[in-house]
Amino acid sequence: MAEAAPRGMTDWIASRARWRIGEIVFWLACLLPLLPAQYLPSFLQPFWIFDRYLQLLSQIAITALFAISLDLILGYAGVVSLGHAAFFGLGAYAAGLISKFWFTDPLLGLLCSALLAGALGYISSFVILRFHGLALIMITLGLGQLLAEAANSASWLTGGADALQGIRAGKIFGVFEFDIYGQTAYIYALVVTFLVFLVARRITNSPFGMSIRGIRDNSRRMLAIGAPNQQHLRRVFTIAAAMAGVAGALLTQTTQTCSLETLNFQRSADVLVILILGGVGRLYGAMAGAIIYMIARDIFSDVNPQYWYFWIGLLLIAVVRYMPDGLLGGLSFLGSKLRRS
Amino acid sequence: MRLWTTTIIAGVVAGALASPAAAQQEVRIGVILSYSGQFADPAKQMDNAIQLYIKQNGDTVAGKKIVLIRKDTGGIAPDLAKRLAQELVVRDRVDILAGFALTPNALAVGDVSHQAKKFMVVMNAATSIITTKSAFMARTSVTTPMLNQTLGTWAAKQGIKKAYTMVSDFGPGHDGEGAFHAGFKAGGGEIVGAVRTPVANPDFAPFLQRAKDANPDAMYIWVPGGAQPAAVGKAIVERNIDKSKVTIMGQDELVGENAIKSMNEAAVGIVSVSNYDFNLNNDLNRKFVEAYNKEFGRNPDIFSMGAYDGMHLIYEALKKTNGNTDAAALIGAAKGFSWQSPRGPMSIDPDTRDVVQNIYIRRVQKVGDKFVNVEFDTVPAVKDPVKEQMKKDGKPLQP
Amino acid sequence: MLTSFISVLYDGFAYGMLLFVLSVGLSVTLGMMNFVNLAHCAFAMLGGYVTVTMINHLGWPFLATLPIAFLAAAVASVLLERTLYRSLYGRSDLDHCLLTIGIVFVSVAGAAYIFGTLQQPIQVPSWLRGTWVVGNLTFGVYRAFLIVVGLALAAALIVSLEYTRFGATVRAAVDNQRMARGLGIDVDRVFMLTFALGSGLAGLGGALAIEIVGLDHSFALHYLIYVLIVVSVGGMGSIWGSFVAAVVLGVSDMAGKYWLPQLGSFLIYLVMVGILMWRPLGLFGKR
Repeated sequence: MAEAAPRGMTDWIASRARWRIGEIVFWLACLLPLLPAQYLPSFLQPFWIFDRYLQLLSQIAITALFAISLDLILGYAGVVSLGHAAFFGLGAYAAGLISKFWFTDPLLGLLCSALLAGALGYISSFVILRFHGLALIMITLGLGQLLAEAANSASWLTGGADALQGIRAGKIFGVFEFDIYGQTAYIYALVVTFLVFLVARRITNSPFGMSIRGIRDNSRRMLAIGAPNQQHLRRVFTIAAAMAGVAGALLTQTTQTCSLETLNFQRSADVLVILILGGVGRLYGAMAGAIIYMIARDIFSDVNPQYWYFWIGLLLIAVVRYMPDGLLGGLSFLGSKLRRS
Repeated sequence: MRLWTTTIIAGVVAGALASPAAAQQEVRIGVILSYSGQFADPAKQMDNAIQLYIKQNGDTVAGKKIVLIRKDTGGIAPDLAKRLAQELVVRDRVDILAGFALTPNALAVGDVSHQAKKFMVVMNAATSIITTKSAFMARTSVTTPMLNQTLGTWAAKQGIKKAYTMVSDFGPGHDGEGAFHAGFKAGGGEIVGAVRTPVANPDFAPFLQRAKDANPDAMYIWVPGGAQPAAVGKAIVERNIDKSKVTIMGQDELVGENAIKSMNEAAVGIVSVSNYDFNLNNDLNRKFVEAYNKEFGRNPDIFSMGAYDGMHLIYEALKKTNGNTDAAALIGAAKGFSWQSPRGPMSIDPDTRDVVQNIYIRRVQKVGDKFVNVEFDTVPAVKDPVKEQMKKDGKPLQP
Repeated sequence: MLTSFISVLYDGFAYGMLLFVLSVGLSVTLGMMNFVNLAHCAFAMLGGYVTVTMINHLGWPFLATLPIAFLAAAVASVLLERTLYRSLYGRSDLDHCLLTIGIVFVSVAGAAYIFGTLQQPIQVPSWLRGTWVVGNLTFGVYRAFLIVVGLALAAALIVSLEYTRFGATVRAAVDNQRMARGLGIDVDRVFMLTFALGSGLAGLGGALAIEIVGLDHSFALHYLIYVLIVVSVGGMGSIWGSFVAAVVLGVSDMAGKYWLPQLGSFLIYLVMVGILMWRPLGLFGKR
């Protein structure tokens, strides 16, 4: 490292919080798909396909956001959850119902969904955070399933298995309409994901984030130095729940659909797989996982609509076997090797 | 640096799959089904029928080549189905959207069909309101009320006084329950009890015991296809329910071919309502079943039938428009179109764009050494009762 | 009231025995090596397919296929343990999850490819299909068969764990793996054998389950949740715990369906959450 050795804790945190060139390049690259092919040099045009994949890309952004929210509690606070879809689904239904019965402004809907999901996160944290290990996993799974069953039973409100009908699509700032090409959807999902990512990045690089990690690594020692563990955990859990709610609301708003599948076990399990695949405890791992998993799924299921699970399975096995810290861990290991040689 | 690498790899992989622009002389059909996951078998049967139809009728219609693009939703996933439909329209430039085994997915894609003005053919999903989502949508399968309300009316007419209903606790089950209740009560019958069973974790013993304790003349059962029909059939025998005293009745899935295979004698006497069975007694069907068996080594089912007729509708509509794929022209050609299908005479209702067909009442019997559904009563030219009611109430039938 | 009470108890107990056979292996391996094997139900599914294939294509009698189902699952699990699992013992739970979920995906797609997507039909012999009628009570014969098999297996497992040398080494390895290694016990070998036994039992459970709940390619995913619930409620590493948990869950599930059908699908989760609130380590869990 070229930088001077950090002198104290504050400096060390500040050095972590500094933006690296790779990060800036990554986020700028996310804007590229918005560039229509005709503005490119003609020899590049046939290869420029991103502008036709905006729908997929906006769902990748939403999945990445969901994975980031799980990373906050799993990667940083060490809380394994198999019921994280509860918050995603609550946000999704909140956004759908608000637009159906109340008002259609997407941003206000997003805010309400975040608040609701955060509130559920805060309340449930009193139960969930008392547990560890297998019990923790099963309690989150159980609570998630109970909420999903409740949504199924309340079909007068949620539409039950036929999915929620009558979701109205509002215009962002009253101007930008969600179009069939997915341009608005992608910009909207990307901007919101970026903003939430900033919050998550800020949290993980703050003293608060440090103490969360401390609790994960050694909760007794953190107690001994006077950190209010439960309070900290509750706070991060609430924030993560709100973020998951935002992701769910984004999905409802950009697709104008909302089904029980937003709440179910499969979604909780998928996001966990995505996060582990990308690499736990590094926010970009959640993104890498979402990008690779969703693109791989899209490609495999196009080539082989019936048996694509086989190839996804092989991908997971290969990553675990050869990249101990997930894709991002593997890549950074490769990168450091290259740099050294 | 490492982030760049990720982006580049993703880009290159995606680039390899970029599709060429649609040629002028093609009709591109986007087929959206749940090829993987829990509902994979219906999708497989539908895909088989689509292949068979193309094989029998050639892959060119009105001088244009038919190109299929298949997309998997992996189960109930309206968000994904909608995205796939949008991509099919925007990226793959399809002219027609087809498939749809599951209601939520069909409802979500209905929006796309309406917005982008694309002809859409629902080949299975059976909730009534689906066709109201787009003015360019037609259905070639069946609706849940079409079957179950008909069954309820029929049962009341047979002198059955008291019925107990047991349905799966989710949308389609509720629809079946509602439709049967409506038909049965309108005919003067009495519902002595109704219970809903969880969608997962099927052990029906306690539910059937409850139903038996209520002492009805008939039991109406609605469960999704797959593992549950066989489990119900076995549990009925295990609970010692005498089918000659208590008529067990339900929709087609309850006694699908495979369910009967698992139940054997346990299935004998179960009455069911359906719009198609491979055992249906007519020449067209015998030829269809023979060709299907030759190609795929198994019998067609209701899913195959919906898709087969769906392809027929697409082909004939294209012939009528002379290859013009404009949605308004195609739906115009489809409206009022009638034909002879292996399932009997059928047509597309010009008002609702929904299917009109014969509904058969069958009973499981032993024929030779096999157990099959034998039809013994037919209700001709049934229209979807829910939309008939909507028409009467003056409710809009399209957005 | 009494009749319905008896039939709920009987049916629930039989269902519990099925859950017990399906899940006991996972409980022991999880307790011993802390290896999170989400592919446990894939072995159950394998057992099921072996039985179906042998009955429908080779004409074997149902009972004779059961040991084969056990063996096939056991052998497959040893092969996987040797090639894939072993290299991950030192790694985190999350890595175990990812690997075994990958295996589940591969097995689900593989089953769909090989056996098709249809529900597998199976005929158990006629002497297992009927019912006994006592007064106005009916008892399914197959359920009695399940109860006998479940009880016999539970007894055999508990006795062999308490009174054999192998059982003692297993207990030692579950209670304190490092200490056991220190005493010269080849924990890896013990684990491999236990793993094979547990997976074999899952295979047997898969074969027994077809008659009650059916079998298709999504079995490996579908029953995972139920198996995990039994393990967590019973407590990791405890055979007796798995047994009690399976019976409690089976009976309460039946009772809920009979007396409170509107709560039907909530009940199993409510019971689990309730028990875990009361005893976070499960009924008989030690850590």
